[in-house]
Amino acid sequence: MSFLFYLFSALALMGGIGVVVNRNPVSAAFSMIISFLGLAALFIQLDAFLVGILQILVYAGAIMVLFLFIIMLLDVREEEKRRRPLINIIGAGGVIVGFIALVISVLSRSDVGKATIPALTEVEGPGTSDVHHIGELLFSTYWFPVQIVAVLILVATVGVVVLSKKELK
Amino acid sequence: MESALTLNHFLLVSGVLFAIGLAGVLVRRNLIIIFMCLELMLAAANLTLVAFSRFNVQDGQPNYDGQVLLFFIITVAAAEVAVGLAIIVALFRTKETTDVTKVNSMKY
Repeated sequence: MSFLFYLFSALALMGGIGVVVNRNPVSAAFSMIISFLGLAALFIQLDAFLVGILQILVYAGAIMVLFLFIIMLLDVREEEKRRRPLINIIGAGGVIVGFIALVISVLSRSDVGKATIPALTEVEGPGTSDVHHIGELLFSTYWFPVQIVAVLILVATVGVVVLSKKELK
Repeated sequence: MESALTLNHFLLVSGVLFAIGLAGVLVRRNLIIIFMCLELMLAAANLTLVAFSRFNVQDGQPNYDGQVLLFFIITVAAAEVAVGLAIIVALFRTKETTDVTKVNSMKY
């Protein structure tokens, strides 16, 4: 169990580092897909099956295909090597190290984080899967946010069509 | 059992992944890669939500509210990527570049 956790979190983190380090945008996009696959495996390890599958379908499938499509459409070349001012590197590194130190110090002080994974009661039969529970919540408690998200997607679709027109007038 | 997984394990992975995304946004100059790193930060935040949902067990079931919120985040991220990439394409049409250091003004 914990071996799989370390394997997949290493996969997710290595993929993330690959996105930042790779000069070629296509390689960066593929590293991103690997990172998302590792994350989806972590979700499934946390018994969130629907969300893990959604992560693969929507992020690794749809979103990354869109990214790759745009990268190839625009014919983005590799970033040329250029010396960056040292102050930029130091600043970025300082922000990152500071952020990770903050996370570690907060986590080491909290008692909440020391909990181990609580056991779930196994229920058999129809209507007990997480898909069922999430669907029920979406269409009862959260019906209004669902409507808002539907409008958001409509607005985004119209916006993309308008932005993609040849003449922006 | 010493090697049992705790909530801290998942939160730490999430935090480090977020920091990697932040590093990408700060260091890279290609607009598309910066956008990808933004997505990475969103996905890292998703891991926090799922972890809290799983560790907050009530009546032997995880707290599904967190996973519903994740559903909305994924939807909004998809819409955001579509609009953002359309803006990048429109920018490329006028400026012929995706380098952020060469885009100093919105007006052409």
